Amino acid sequence: MKLKTFRKGVHPPEYKYLSEHKPLENLPLPAEVFIPLHQHIGAPCRPIVEKGQEVRTGEIIGQSSGFVSSPVHATISGKVKTIDNFPHPLGINSQMIHIVGDGEDNWVNLAKSDQDWEKLTNDEIVELIQKAGIVGLGGAAFPTHVKLTPPKGRKIDTFILNGCECEPFLTADHRMMVEQSEEVVLGVRILMKALNVERGFIGVENNKPDAIEALKHACASYNNIDVIPLRVKYPQGAEKMLIKAVIDREVPTGGLPLDVGVVVNNVGTAIAVAEAVVKQKPLVERVVTVTGDGVHEPKNVIARIGTPFQNLVDFSGGLIDDTVQIIMGGPMMGLAQHSLNVPVIKATSGILCLTDRDLPRKKEYFCIQCGNCIGVCPMNLLPTRLARFAQVENWEIAESMGILNCIECGSCAYICPSNIPLVQHIRIGKLKVNELKNKQKSNNA
Amino acid sequence: MEENKQPVSEGKTTEKKETKATPAAKEKKSEKMFLLRSSPHMATTDNVPRIMWTVIAALMPAVVYGVYNFGFSVLLTILWSVIAAVVTEIVTNKMRGRDMKNGDGSAVLTGLLLAMTLPPGFPKAYAAIGSVFAIAIGKQIFGGLGYNIFNPALLGRAFLQASFSVKMTTWTAPVSMDAITTATPLGSFKFEKVMTPYFDLFMGRIGGCIGETSALLIIIGGIYLLIKKYADWRIPVSYLGTVFILGGLFWLINPEQYPDPVFHLFSGGLMLGAFFMATDMVTSPVTPRGTWIYGVGLGIVLIVIRLFGGLPEGVMYSILFMNAFVPLINRYTRLKIFGEPKK
Repeated sequence: MKLKTFRKGVHPPEYKYLSEHKPLENLPLPAEVFIPLHQHIGAPCRPIVEKGQEVRTGEIIGQSSGFVSSPVHATISGKVKTIDNFPHPLGINSQMIHIVGDGEDNWVNLAKSDQDWEKLTNDEIVELIQKAGIVGLGGAAFPTHVKLTPPKGRKIDTFILNGCECEPFLTADHRMMVEQSEEVVLGVRILMKALNVERGFIGVENNKPDAIEALKHACASYNNIDVIPLRVKYPQGAEKMLIKAVIDREVPTGGLPLDVGVVVNNVGTAIAVAEAVVKQKPLVERVVTVTGDGVHEPKNVIARIGTPFQNLVDFSGGLIDDTVQIIMGGPMMGLAQHSLNVPVIKATSGILCLTDRDLPRKKEYFCIQCGNCIGVCPMNLLPTRLARFAQVENWEIAESMGILNCIECGSCAYICPSNIPLVQHIRIGKLKVNELKNKQKSNNA
Repeated sequence: MEENKQPVSEGKTTEKKETKATPAAKEKKSEKMFLLRSSPHMATTDNVPRIMWTVIAALMPAVVYGVYNFGFSVLLTILWSVIAAVVTEIVTNKMRGRDMKNGDGSAVLTGLLLAMTLPPGFPKAYAAIGSVFAIAIGKQIFGGLGYNIFNPALLGRAFLQASFSVKMTTWTAPVSMDAITTATPLGSFKFEKVMTPYFDLFMGRIGGCIGETSALLIIIGGIYLLIKKYADWRIPVSYLGTVFILGGLFWLINPEQYPDPVFHLFSGGLMLGAFFMATDMVTSPVTPRGTWIYGVGLGIVLIVIRLFGGLPEGVMYSILFMNAFVPLINRYTRLKIFGEPKK
């Protein structure tokens, strides 16, 4: 049988073998956590606790009045030491709540018995998800309740669970699908009920046969949920590519999945939703893959949010000496970190430790018009031209050639034989074009 | 780019945190600063020099056969041409303040390709002049590798053809033949209506340019390039396909006047042109649809020159002619962006 997939894309080496057979392990309770008030797309939270205050695990400590936002919870019990700026994995210092643990892990009162979620209304489910602080755990950290509240008049008819995990090295979703397949399917059913959709798909790349098997088994009795094996290709986990691969619909340029009647969520998000709705447990921990040649024992770790990277790396046997780069996320789209003092946030899917052997050679040559970048761009753009126009700061032409459609997957820069940082130039171009557009808008207003 | 190679080992000590690490390890780790780079943090192992040297390697069977066929002196012609190209590349790069970009192998390839398209008895000094022209005027004057509009080797050859037209059409016979000069198969058909046997055409025991005679060895090298994806398969397919169909059409109309399509394919420099010259990444279109248009255009121009022009051969001019259209083709074959409404 021919496996489904999208057009173009690249095949980077996977390196999943480092951690794909390592079962999930609980990280010992950290002695202290740093909980950023801004871990999601949307308005940052304001702290609602004070210095010196006692908090319990699962207590809301930061909240925002905005709809596109998500509350943050204490992830250990203890005392708030300070509320101050600390290094954030997204690159800037940012306001965080520093909690020193009491070692007890006292939880707020959770529901005594499992909730019969099938009796809840859509709105009640969405509210529970919002209160639990759930955001997209695949890496974008978009608040899940917003996705579940489509604008009036928009009909959503399909739900797709993203089990691709197309980034090399990462295996967090893979392990969850294997070990927690029942919860994954439960999460899918709850999300489908919240959206009122009849049809659900779980898209999994074919390099995870055990996950496909486990999920097929778990959803055998629900004939409106299908597991779809996909051909291995990067960036299949990008929403637009996944929708194209699974149900062959093309999200219009500048549009969102809901424009074609689809909502996509990540595996980790589905499990968090199941826990939030059934057990009313807020999002206080997530699975993080600690991997790469730079760490002694790659692992899939369940870590409390706010735990410093250092704890996870030490738990995985520590760094080897010639580790030169730490990346939050996967190697294709992840963010380089300058130290291990940053905390795990809701969007931390992995901590990738690379030695200098792994670093791509950096000698840059002239563009020889080979067209490889065009041959791999999943959005069908002309990366070499976009990068050139961004370099010469010709924003109008860059925009007319569709620079804003770039999903920044990095396939072009990966494939370029001249080592030209194509996606990096395009990223700058996108920022500038958006800046100009906003300026125009405010001038017109 | 070099500064990225070394990790920054010292930096301001960040606030120490309680961790379970041993004190010694903690001390070391918390002082270490890691590299900050923008994603992606992975890249293919392909690079420009590797592409250029692979193309050169793929040409080697034809080169070796050329030396075997025409004698040791053509090896010197090739060396003169390559050395002149490399020296010109280094000098022009120095003049433009760009010495760091040397060593991508492209000048070697240009010199080699130029030599392969010269007649075996061509004076070596003239070959060197052609190389100087190819690199200086054909490439560097446009801005260097990647910016040139025309295939530099072919531009060098066109320059030699215009400057030394007699020398460029004097064909030394292969050493195994009992003759001093010979006509090329295309020439003998065009001017004398004499057909060369297919087997000789295919194997290359014929008169012609140094590196173009053996269709077999060129195809072997070319297929290696296609497998390595260093040449776009659409170009040889569309170029050769158009020549076959169009040539065949004329042959059906009048087999006395026009050669058959198989003869078209294996004679002259068509195989070398289709696999190694027309596929030059810099001077061919970047979009798949544009590549088809380019290939079909090449075939049409070639047949028109071969059948109706004053010259027996038209590979060089067909490629140079279509090179000029590449920017235009690129512009009008823009891809449909993912999610863009169909027109």
